[in-house]
Amino acid sequence: MEVKQQGEGRLFTDPDANRAREYFRTKPRALKSKLTTVSEAVANLIHDGDYVAVGGFGTNRIPTALLHEIVRQKKKNLGLSGHTATHDFQILAAGGCIDRCDVAYVVGLEARGLSRNSRRLFESGQLEVTEWTNAALAWRYRAAAMGVPFIPARSMLGTDTFKKSAAKEIECPFTGETLVALPALYPDVALVHVHRADAYGNCQVDGIMVADQELTRAAKKVIVTCERLIPNEEIRRQPEKTAITYFTVDAVIEVPFGSYPGNMAGEYFSDEEHIREWLSAEEDPQTFRAFLDKYIYGTKDFQEYLGLCGGLARMQKLRALELLSIPKGGE
Amino acid sequence: MVNPGAEAGKAAEAAKAAVRYNSMELMICLAARCLEDGSTVVVGTGAPCAAAMLAQKTCSPNLMIMFEAGGAGPLLPSMPISVGDSRTFYHGLFAGSMGEIMDACQRGMVDCTFLGGAQIDPYGNINSTVIGPHAKPKVRFPGSGGANDLASLCWRTMMITPQDAKRFVPKCDFVTSPGYLTGPGAREAAGLPPGTGPYKVITQLAVIGFDEATKRMKVEGLHPGVTREDVIKNTGFELLWAEEVSTSEPPREEELRILREQVDPYRYIIGRG
Repeated sequence: MEVKQQGEGRLFTDPDANRAREYFRTKPRALKSKLTTVSEAVANLIHDGDYVAVGGFGTNRIPTALLHEIVRQKKKNLGLSGHTATHDFQILAAGGCIDRCDVAYVVGLEARGLSRNSRRLFESGQLEVTEWTNAALAWRYRAAAMGVPFIPARSMLGTDTFKKSAAKEIECPFTGETLVALPALYPDVALVHVHRADAYGNCQVDGIMVADQELTRAAKKVIVTCERLIPNEEIRRQPEKTAITYFTVDAVIEVPFGSYPGNMAGEYFSDEEHIREWLSAEEDPQTFRAFLDKYIYGTKDFQEYLGLCGGLARMQKLRALELLSIPKGGE
Repeated sequence: MVNPGAEAGKAAEAAKAAVRYNSMELMICLAARCLEDGSTVVVGTGAPCAAAMLAQKTCSPNLMIMFEAGGAGPLLPSMPISVGDSRTFYHGLFAGSMGEIMDACQRGMVDCTFLGGAQIDPYGNINSTVIGPHAKPKVRFPGSGGANDLASLCWRTMMITPQDAKRFVPKCDFVTSPGYLTGPGAREAAGLPPGTGPYKVITQLAVIGFDEATKRMKVEGLHPGVTREDVIKNTGFELLWAEEVSTSEPPREEELRILREQVDPYRYIIGRG
């Protein structure tokens, strides 16, 4: 197949489907408990230099507890898939944990504004960046999930986004049209937060999946945090609800309110006040350092962080906001 | 003797004059009227979402609103803060995945999308990535997100954006999302799906379309009180002008009432106007 053009960006991960198959061949299939703790999962399954991908969507259903722990354990030189990475990127950028990034959407927190500290990281030139789009990264996970080295698509063509990507332009062998070939993305580790999981790692999710199904099938290792552990019988009662299958999962940890300060569909709304506090602390590096010391480095775990943020009373308020669908301004 | 007809006319005139609105409200109303009933639209947060909500409550009750993170057909209880928050599938028809929404765009089933950016050029190309060199930019923006995909794959791309000479530039520092690229035939030559591209740009000054022959921005309508000079002064390149430039129809009372009371009661978006 003729390659007509290719992007200048570096491909951070290996798209070779055969090498991925060799890895997946060794992945255990036994129905065994994978229960562990956040600190153990991060210590044992994430290594300096790994390429990491995060589930959810920016501030929605993100595995905050795992992200904080990566910062707390001072992991270094991680690669990151910036697939609508808003608060998740903000946390890892704050910890100085990443040195390369596949960018679809970073730096901004959607309607809330931009993260000053994340921006500084790019503008200092310390981060190696390859550009993509949200669909491109979702489809790259899908190619990996399918077990093929690339997937064709029709976006990115004709733009600088393509030029700074690591995609290639090819000619369709059937129609002769120009297509973009998106290389499969097999992350070393995927971090996801779900509503419910059993001890083996079978997961149920309420609401949108974003790209988590493709992502967890693409990643070599998967760490799952869940709002609630459920018995295996509950999974077996409704197998159609299983969004993520146990044999893709390596670790399971129950972390109630684990997406805080993000939004968890049907459970709690995002804590806009706390997110604003993050964003404004970033305006000044010294203030920000103190902020991180207070909330991440100075806390032993996520429960302590939740306590600092208002504990159960605050969580109940966010739950009421979510369930009663009180408009955000009605707080 | 008083002529009752004339009295009624005067009252209507007075009522009309009493309708005050800001430029954001006007932009949202104009955008909402572009959304056809029974069509599909992918929106982000902010003004586009407000326009889609308003359209659904006025001219287009059967508008299918979609969000790129996977939500579709919600009965939006309030303005989402994130394209992936739970409001985006509240009482919705579908809560799927980003891949599924983007597949629908690529399959040709999404009529319209709304985009914004830091820079826009005469062909409707948009920059939301960097100002300055890519490796060490002067200013870093969030990047494409889904914007490039939506601009590539949806049939029509619309923009609601403030207009000034710094934003409306002759050439973008970085083309994040494709408009008509370098002109007629360029999208097709690049491999983008035929028949797609920018449709309207709605600013605080004007409604701008794209010239069929040159694919460049062409002013179609000026908002009440806005002159050609105002528009020229706020554009960093030469604009084309329609033969007959219309005057934008201001927000109707009913539109404003719904916009203020139901769509954006806390004035998150319209408060910026």
